[in-house]
Amino acid sequence: MESVNAKYVSQKISKTRWRPVSHSSLQQPDIFATGSWDNEDNKISFWSIGNHGSSGMDEGFEGDPQLLCEHKHDGDVLDLQFLDQDRIVTTSSTGAVTIFRHHQNSQTISVSQRWPRVHRYPCDNAPCTGVVCSSPEIVTVGEDGKIIVFRADQEGVIRVIENADSSTIHAVTYLRTTEILTVNSIGQLKLWDLRQQSNSPSQILSLSGDRLPLHCVDRHPNQQHIVATGGQDGMLCVWDVRQGSTPFSLMEAHSAEMWEVHFHPTNPDHLFTCSEDGSLLHWETSTHSDMPSFLQGGRNNSMISRSAMAPAGGNQSLISTWLSGDSSKGRLETTHMLPSQTLSVNSLDVLGQCLVCGTDGEAIFVNRQVPV
Amino acid sequence: MEELDVEPAITNIPAASDGKHLGFAWGPGDILAYETLYMAPGCSFIHEVRKDEDIYSPILRKLFNESHHIFVGLQTIREDLPSKNKKTQFVSISKNYRSVIRACMEELQQVLQKWPRNMEIRYVSILLAIELIWNLCEVLFIDAAPAGPLLLHLLDWVRLHKGDVDEKAREVLQSESPAEHHDYWDVVVSYVLQGRFEEARQMLVKQATLQPAARNMYKLMDTLLSKMPFYNPGGTQTLTEFDVKWRHWHEEVDRCLQDNSFASNQHLEIICKILVGDEDTLLEHKELLSTWYHFLVTRLLFCHPTVKPTELHYYAQSCMTMFLDLRSVPEPLDSILLAAFEFDIHQVIKDCSIALNNWWFVAHLTDLLDHCKLLQSHNLHFGSNLREFLLLEYASGLFTHHSLWQLAVDYFDNCPEFGHVYLELQIERVPLDTERKALKVLRICEQRQMSEQVRSICKIMAMRALRNNRLGSALSWSIRAKDAAFATLISERFLQDYCARGTFSDLDLIDNLGPAMLLSDRLTFLVKYREFHKLYEENRFSEAAKLLLSLITAKIAPRSFWMTLLTDALPLLEQKEVSHSAHCPYLLLYHLTCLVYGFIVFCYGSSCKVDQLLTSLIKESVCRFAGLGPEGLGTPKV
Repeated sequence: MESVNAKYVSQKISKTRWRPVSHSSLQQPDIFATGSWDNEDNKISFWSIGNHGSSGMDEGFEGDPQLLCEHKHDGDVLDLQFLDQDRIVTTSSTGAVTIFRHHQNSQTISVSQRWPRVHRYPCDNAPCTGVVCSSPEIVTVGEDGKIIVFRADQEGVIRVIENADSSTIHAVTYLRTTEILTVNSIGQLKLWDLRQQSNSPSQILSLSGDRLPLHCVDRHPNQQHIVATGGQDGMLCVWDVRQGSTPFSLMEAHSAEMWEVHFHPTNPDHLFTCSEDGSLLHWETSTHSDMPSFLQGGRNNSMISRSAMAPAGGNQSLISTWLSGDSSKGRLETTHMLPSQTLSVNSLDVLGQCLVCGTDGEAIFVNRQVPV
Repeated sequence: MEELDVEPAITNIPAASDGKHLGFAWGPGDILAYETLYMAPGCSFIHEVRKDEDIYSPILRKLFNESHHIFVGLQTIREDLPSKNKKTQFVSISKNYRSVIRACMEELQQVLQKWPRNMEIRYVSILLAIELIWNLCEVLFIDAAPAGPLLLHLLDWVRLHKGDVDEKAREVLQSESPAEHHDYWDVVVSYVLQGRFEEARQMLVKQATLQPAARNMYKLMDTLLSKMPFYNPGGTQTLTEFDVKWRHWHEEVDRCLQDNSFASNQHLEIICKILVGDEDTLLEHKELLSTWYHFLVTRLLFCHPTVKPTELHYYAQSCMTMFLDLRSVPEPLDSILLAAFEFDIHQVIKDCSIALNNWWFVAHLTDLLDHCKLLQSHNLHFGSNLREFLLLEYASGLFTHHSLWQLAVDYFDNCPEFGHVYLELQIERVPLDTERKALKVLRICEQRQMSEQVRSICKIMAMRALRNNRLGSALSWSIRAKDAAFATLISERFLQDYCARGTFSDLDLIDNLGPAMLLSDRLTFLVKYREFHKLYEENRFSEAAKLLLSLITAKIAPRSFWMTLLTDALPLLEQKEVSHSAHCPYLLLYHLTCLVYGFIVFCYGSSCKVDQLLTSLIKESVCRFAGLGPEGLGTPKV
């Protein structure tokens, strides 16, 4: 693994995201956005790692990320997503949701649309903790337990699910185009069908033991019933939402809160997690001939898989490598991706062969040759 | 009480009006000052006086973050390594720190090129001075080179901090005729003064080609320059051998001078005098030397190349006196460097602490020196040793920053005596705006077994959630703190809600608590009571009855709820399922009656309404089970 250098940026990074590359081109991503937190003046920034025409680069030129432009942001940036090539949606600790537009020609940023104070308590603002978008629809969740649906370019909100949750909702993601998944601070994974008008979830799944908060959720890119979550105790849980109301398997991943979990978008045998304990792990399942499986209780990786059940019936070749019963075949490998212990890694994003992450040590790490 | 070292600095508060009295209060790093009048009430402004502005500079922030990373790495160096390996490691760590300072300086200079009037210009000279001092400390204390290599290191030190020679040389070389450039001889002499003879010789060649008549002279000078011996630390030559060789060379140069070999060329004559170490000639070139320590190193190079570390301070003192005017007052930097040459580490640290605004430099340097075991354990009046004192001061300063407080935690961790206490006091003052920040602070407290702080933070967050009617959040915070009392409070709220509205709120929470419900009795009751309602709705009456019975017998129901439970029991008794099962109704009745009597005796005294309800209850039950005589019920116990 090539060495990863830190770029110190004088702000604690709460979120980083790659700008999406069009599927037709085989380019590696070259621009990413970051949001800061815990500053008196928070900012969102766009950075470039100059991957355009990579053949022209000098050998050994690491390509430190270069700041393209930045813009002031009111409140901590709690979540950030690219809406399309030029626009990002951010959510703030003041309860506001904002769309920023990045003007590539002049390298400036402007506020395209803003919904202030959408998440709030009766007499106070509530931080808006998560956002997911599928242009033009935007869904946000917050500490006030509401789920709010917007459309870009439309004033006002489309729909509010009041009291969707009695505790804080930490993250949201799409399961299908009309269904979303949320995770909350009492360890529940809730499925919502947005086509229905009811204000209650269509399904609730929860951990079987202690109800510890779940902080992040991500769906398998190809197999939509497989979902991974990470929580306060650093456990990585893999769920099958079609069956059962408890996780399919649990793996000890980190020694502190897991902040983000991501399946690799094009190569879903690879999973990445980052945590408060300052580590970023790269999980890789490998299939062994025709029997896909992963190791149960791999002691050398200090991982203990608590439960793994073979799905009832089912064609084995369709079983994802993340869910399997046969423990003796196949491997699950984990590697640390950061050179040494740092302060909490708050966010990561992976696209193609590039990985970017941001830490509380005010550093950004970019790795351009992730082995996927 | 010790005497003051310097006069206290005066800070003017511009916004405060003249003639007003000012009151003040100390904060962790700042002072709050307010205008006060003894007579009239009311004051309009509170002024916050910040001592340390450096932590708010965006470029210096990188310094703090990167050096924090190095600091944490330094603390993990194993004690059991052999000292030689450790020394190399310490030197490399020292170089790391210095490269961080240099990176900061470069960035500052880049910023200043774009915006020359930037306020951060003052940091450039401070950083330069810091790096100069640190480098010298590395050479003298950490690397602790003996006689021989010592001079080589000092030469490197001087060369690194006199960058304008290269700039001038570049200018000269890029001109059309370098040898005729007005700065040409300055460059050559500067090279010689710094002991960079290769470059000097290359420059002289250009002059030699212009003056073929003086070719012999130039050749002689070239030979002299090339033959000057430099000590080779890795070689087999001993110091004494080197000394002998050097003296030979010195004599040769002296002979050339006496012979007037260079008499016809003024510049070469000067160079020859420099090579022989003539002080007057050196002093004539004060402008090229620009600092007394450059003069010192040059003088040592040409007079005493085998200088021992212990002899340094004699030469340092004399050079400083010779170089500086009698009237000029030595600057703080000069006295710090002098203290370093005298190997007085404590004086260096003390002077730096006074001269600099921020504790960063002294804290990190002292920590490194302490790891090298160079500081005697020097107990201060206030109980801890010097290293810990400085680290605590630095970290406390960091804690006042809205963002850098996270770095300070690691510094406190590495102060064995008082770090924990300081951290306990400071961490409670971090403002918690979002849950995410609270979680991070909690994680810090939990990892250090600071259970008091954990409880207090969870309570703050839970109260806030409760105020905003987020019962689920409040409950999850009390579960984290294992705070049974608060869980009881929340359950009371739920039960009150139920009594007021007749239905439960937040069913997704209550139905899915799992083992967390055992945290408090009240919570368990709440969950079980809700379960009872669910069973009733699903028409599973015998199970519902059993549950209700166990709730009553277990006595975890709050007193205010006993009436509700009794009323709930009534419709159950109507159900065929229940009344036909063998034991249940009788037991239920038995306990109901006990409770009823208990109520009367202990709680309510005599009240009309209560009496009515009780009477109707007893009547109904008696009517229903008319077939049974009192014997079947047994004697109720009071």
